[in-house]
Amino acid sequence: MNARETILARLRAALDPAPAPVTVPRDYLRDGQVDLDLLVDRLTDYRAHVHQVAEPAVADTIAGILPVGARVVVPPGLPPAWLPATVTVRADDGHDNSEITAVDGVITAAAVAIADTGTVVLDGSPDQGRRVLSLLPDLHICVVRAAQVVANVPQALTRLNPHRPLTWISGPSATSDIELNRVEGVHGPRTLHIILLP
Amino acid sequence: MRRTFLGMPTTAPAGVGQLRGAESFPAAARRALGDAQLRRNLGHATATIRAKSGAVIGEVPDWERLRAAGSAIKADVLARLPELLEQLEQRVSAAGGVVHWAADAIEANAIVVDLVRATGSDRVIKVKSMVTQEIGLNEALEGAGIAPVETDLAELIVQLGEDRPSHILVPAIHRNRAEIREIFLRAMPGVDPGLTDEPAVLAAAARRFLRQTFLSTSVAVSGANFAVAETGTLAVVESEGNGRMCLTLPRTLITVMGVEKVVPTWRDLEVFLQLLPRASTGERMNPYTSMWTGITPGDGPQEFHLVLLDNGRSAVLADEVGRQALHCIRCSACLNVCPVYERTGGHAYGSVYPGPIGAVLSPQLTGVVDNASLPYASSLCGACYDACPVKIDIPELLVHLRDQAPHPRAESAVMAAAAYAMDHPALFAAAQRATRLSRLTGRRGRGLPPPLSGWTAGRDLPDPPAQTFRQWWAQR
Repeated sequence: MNARETILARLRAALDPAPAPVTVPRDYLRDGQVDLDLLVDRLTDYRAHVHQVAEPAVADTIAGILPVGARVVVPPGLPPAWLPATVTVRADDGHDNSEITAVDGVITAAAVAIADTGTVVLDGSPDQGRRVLSLLPDLHICVVRAAQVVANVPQALTRLNPHRPLTWISGPSATSDIELNRVEGVHGPRTLHIILLP
Repeated sequence: MRRTFLGMPTTAPAGVGQLRGAESFPAAARRALGDAQLRRNLGHATATIRAKSGAVIGEVPDWERLRAAGSAIKADVLARLPELLEQLEQRVSAAGGVVHWAADAIEANAIVVDLVRATGSDRVIKVKSMVTQEIGLNEALEGAGIAPVETDLAELIVQLGEDRPSHILVPAIHRNRAEIREIFLRAMPGVDPGLTDEPAVLAAAARRFLRQTFLSTSVAVSGANFAVAETGTLAVVESEGNGRMCLTLPRTLITVMGVEKVVPTWRDLEVFLQLLPRASTGERMNPYTSMWTGITPGDGPQEFHLVLLDNGRSAVLADEVGRQALHCIRCSACLNVCPVYERTGGHAYGSVYPGPIGAVLSPQLTGVVDNASLPYASSLCGACYDACPVKIDIPELLVHLRDQAPHPRAESAVMAAAAYAMDHPALFAAAQRATRLSRLTGRRGRGLPPPLSGWTAGRDLPDPPAQTFRQWWAQR
């Protein structure tokens, strides 16, 4: 008997007599209207900086966040109109990690945002890119459209595709490891800006 | 030898990993109680987390319904565990992962060591993982000449301090900021000698220290919070981004998970991703959650191994009452509300699983005889049951396991005598009168004489009344 058969035989023996079938009660909340003010409140509470602007103002908003001459990396499918002329842009073409860690920031879109928890989810689509892009730079600017915002976690899972690599982000990198107090800024980006479009 | 009962539920082997303490809980707890600094640190930290967690749970109108759903999903998982594991194996394999099965800690460690050796790397970066602590993976890797680097801040504090973890979520909860600064100054290569004890400064020191290691290590080892049988998706929930580093940067990722971590469907995550962060760190959502399904070409590790571990879980599953301990999602809410844990800290429990859940999980994984004092490491106050996001009835389990623990012969003799007396009213009345004689022997608080002294070592003997109820009734 190999380990697989051994374990499965043990588990089957442990379940004899068979337990009664279980029905899972699903009466928890799934419905709910999207409340953009709640999203902003939740994001701000976890020290993300929120900018509510119309789409034509994205480039100017980013120009206000990044100093002139800042170097940013962007996923290949990011709308070029979002990028200000004041920064040096490198579209990701498989840069090695040391190059990505050396830039001043990264700009991505998002797949879904969750108002209830102040979360944005990235799914590796062309306007979000490889996971490493939003990980190594110290500053992350994430552009979210109102239509991508859902009310709660159940609604988010309905929209997401489990076969894509998913990164759920709720505020900047943080830790509670020192006396159980939340401190922002460990290994991920220490500064998170969310640009929320109507 | 340990394969004698092949295919029968089996407890975790001794001599490997960290499920058994070197001494009993009362002995270890007595020493811990003498450490005033430890008690201050724990009191401060657990009070902080209780307040945070209570506030964000209070925001959720359907919390009790989520708890009921979480509990039922876990009961369903256990009832169908073999078929769900086979489905998970099939889906992970179809997505480009390789699934390994490990009957115990020894097999799991051997699998991981072989996988790391095959990559040629002499170092691995690790995401904080209870299960790899449970099996003693770091010791096994070191024994094979492979350096494991813990990347979670608290695990790093423990590793640099040559210490042991004392909490499921925050392994260095027993250290305050001043102690952490001292550990960093002593043991972190290249640290700024002007380091202060500001938490943000300490966190920044860990960021600088680990960045190059993240970028230059080709193998990572992680645990898993959830694995979805329906899709083959793995999920790791974290705060700092060290998890994302380990799950994204290396070429090879090895994930070790206990078999009970599987959930049936993608939709089930909607329950646990609401329960876990609020019960655990007291956040609406933890900063980062990573989910991956097999391999994604051009993004993240290009080689993924999943090790499915039994190591005593089949023995827990075999106990119809005890199996609910396998519902645990390792949030540590029960530790933070436990009056015993708050005073003794985690080390006294001996196992990597401390606190109330550890007191019911560790003895079941090892067999009760090997952790016989743990089911008594509780006042049965029930705070753990109220706090548990998946409704594990820990007090019920504690009593159930006390029943299985070996009992001294004197105790059985006294219980038998008491039962006989209670069956015979005249004898019972005489016994009650006799207790009054003990009032003549001295002040309250004295223990019983041997062989019954063991019973009173941890309990006060109640002062017998001057008059029994029967005597009072007879005089009316």
